[in-house]
Amino acid sequence: MTHSVQIKNLDLSFGAVKVLKNLNLDIAEGEFLVLLGSSGCGKSTLLNCIAGLLEVTDGQIFIKGENVTWAEPSERGIGMVFQSYALYPQMTVKGNLSFGLKNAKVPKAEIEKRVARAADVLQIEPLLNRKPGALSGGQRQRVAIGRALVRDVDVFLFDEPLSNLDAKLRADLRVELKRLHNQLQNTMIYVTHDQVEAMTLADRIAVMKGGLIMQLGTPDEIYNRPDNLYVADFIGSPSMNFRDGMLENGVFKSGDLTLPLIGYDFIDPQTADRPVVIGMRPEHIVTGELVANAPVQMNVTVDLVEPMGSDTLIYAAVNGDPFRIRMDGQARVKKGEVLAIGIDPSRASVFDKKSEARL
Amino acid sequence: MTDMTGPRGPKPKRVFNSTNIMIYGTLFIVCLYYLLPLYVMIVTSLKGMPEIRLGNIFSPPVEVTYEPWVKAWSEACTGINCEGLSRGFMNSVRILVPSVIISIAIASVNGYALANWKFKGSETFFTILIFGAFIPYQVMIYPIVILLRESGDGMTNVMQMFNPMLEWMGFEGFGKIRLMGSLWGLVIVHTIFGMPILTLLFRNYFTSVPEELFKAARVDGAGFWGIYFRIMLPMSLPIFVVAMILQVTGIWNDFLFGVIYTKPDTYPMTVQLNNIVNSVQGVKEYNVNMAATLLTGLVPLFIYFASGKLFVRGIAAGAVKG
Repeated sequence: MTHSVQIKNLDLSFGAVKVLKNLNLDIAEGEFLVLLGSSGCGKSTLLNCIAGLLEVTDGQIFIKGENVTWAEPSERGIGMVFQSYALYPQMTVKGNLSFGLKNAKVPKAEIEKRVARAADVLQIEPLLNRKPGALSGGQRQRVAIGRALVRDVDVFLFDEPLSNLDAKLRADLRVELKRLHNQLQNTMIYVTHDQVEAMTLADRIAVMKGGLIMQLGTPDEIYNRPDNLYVADFIGSPSMNFRDGMLENGVFKSGDLTLPLIGYDFIDPQTADRPVVIGMRPEHIVTGELVANAPVQMNVTVDLVEPMGSDTLIYAAVNGDPFRIRMDGQARVKKGEVLAIGIDPSRASVFDKKSEARL
Repeated sequence: MTDMTGPRGPKPKRVFNSTNIMIYGTLFIVCLYYLLPLYVMIVTSLKGMPEIRLGNIFSPPVEVTYEPWVKAWSEACTGINCEGLSRGFMNSVRILVPSVIISIAIASVNGYALANWKFKGSETFFTILIFGAFIPYQVMIYPIVILLRESGDGMTNVMQMFNPMLEWMGFEGFGKIRLMGSLWGLVIVHTIFGMPILTLLFRNYFTSVPEELFKAARVDGAGFWGIYFRIMLPMSLPIFVVAMILQVTGIWNDFLFGVIYTKPDTYPMTVQLNNIVNSVQGVKEYNVNMAATLLTGLVPLFIYFASGKLFVRGIAAGAVKG
């Protein structure tokens, strides 16, 4: 596997504030990597470091095997798409697309060719002679992508490109981005705080917190086998149900609740007894006739019902702790009803109470 | 059926309510207060001296004459010189144009660098520059006299080193270069004194330009000057207009520097106006004085009228973000 982008022991501080701490990341050729995290986690900062818009405090950045730590942004073979589009307002779409090429002294005929190709890929040919002010949000974002596209770069960097669009357009452009990646097969690094974007677009997701990568893995791994409590809590909406308790001989005990962890895949099968936190996704809790097949069964009282059309959210309480259950959208449940639920411990996640790491 | 009898639609407004009367009344009085002197000036400038001697300053001219205006422009005497204000006008233009262009060119690059290319100590540099705006002029007058004199001498020494070469090539060599008392000296002074406020204006404006635009241009391979000329400059026309208005009116109205750093043949219009109006010899020609004053005030007046809206917009754009 060839590496497209490699980040080695990267540190970045603004004065006394350490934003990135000894960060290592290898991104494969043609990979779609998403940097996911809440605001202030350093994901955009990392992207700016890769782009060369921020000077790193320590460490190295390699693009295509070449050390670009001291290189100018334009020399790195990257194209960048910004959240606010950042189109040059006084230039036409065509001017926007060709600005970078003109700076690189590309011959005129070649500029024409590349602009035409990018316009074709992104379907913005009719807009070429308009100014950005006369474009809609989606069109602007397309032009911004086109600006990276014409430069024939190895790596695309996206800084929350869809966050300024309305919900419907965002979903459309998301699919289009995925299609574009399939077509171009470039390396793409994509920063977002939206987990749906991350799950749908990424080959791999890096979940970040406080300048550290909490977990790097495929969307499937991130969702099903979160490495630690933070990732487990961050991914999924509504978020996981957590419960503190004790692990005793492969059985989770919390108050008068006992949950034998039948079929749970421990990282270390000889995991010793200790205080733990168990996490269960609301959508992994079964109701109705499926309860009979579930390894663990219990009854809960419904506190609150949120019908959302596609599915229904149930807020219940288990021994006084809030507990969320996701049911089919057609389920008709009323407040105060007693609901039989089934839990499959093999789909749960167990974390060490102290280190918050997965067991 | 809904109740259609109660209040419905927009609430009716009375034109003559107490608030409106207060507001418009006050505005009217203030306007009158400010415009009355202007009226007197215009009226007086159109009268002949016999009519003025009647002493009725508010009455409109019985016999309109433009002669005072002609006299003020081309015949009024200051000392032995009787060319009127026209020479002062030309001097002022020759001071104004280079001062405005040079000061805005330098200040806009300053502001751009301070806003977008932050370097170590750029904030300190900016603070020092702004501090310059608060130092009273009086403190700097004499040091600048010395500076201009000495740097003129220094430049003379440097430039005269080329004289043998120039003479060998058949050109005339440099004579003594004087900054003190020359128009260029005053241009330099105006450029320096405009720097703090203009830099502040441009820095604040460029700070309000989205940072991502600047980043995108860097990714696109544009450098310091490329971004300045191709991205920032075309976007910031309003602030350039504001800077121009500030500088044109400021420099045109300047009297202090003009009287100190120039000589009688290079006096700007304001200084010459003062000399005409305050001349102690002969009869006081009020009509000529009024015409001369109005002529001197015409340039800033025109600038304000022509650009009123832009001026307000630019000031607002420059002032909001710190």
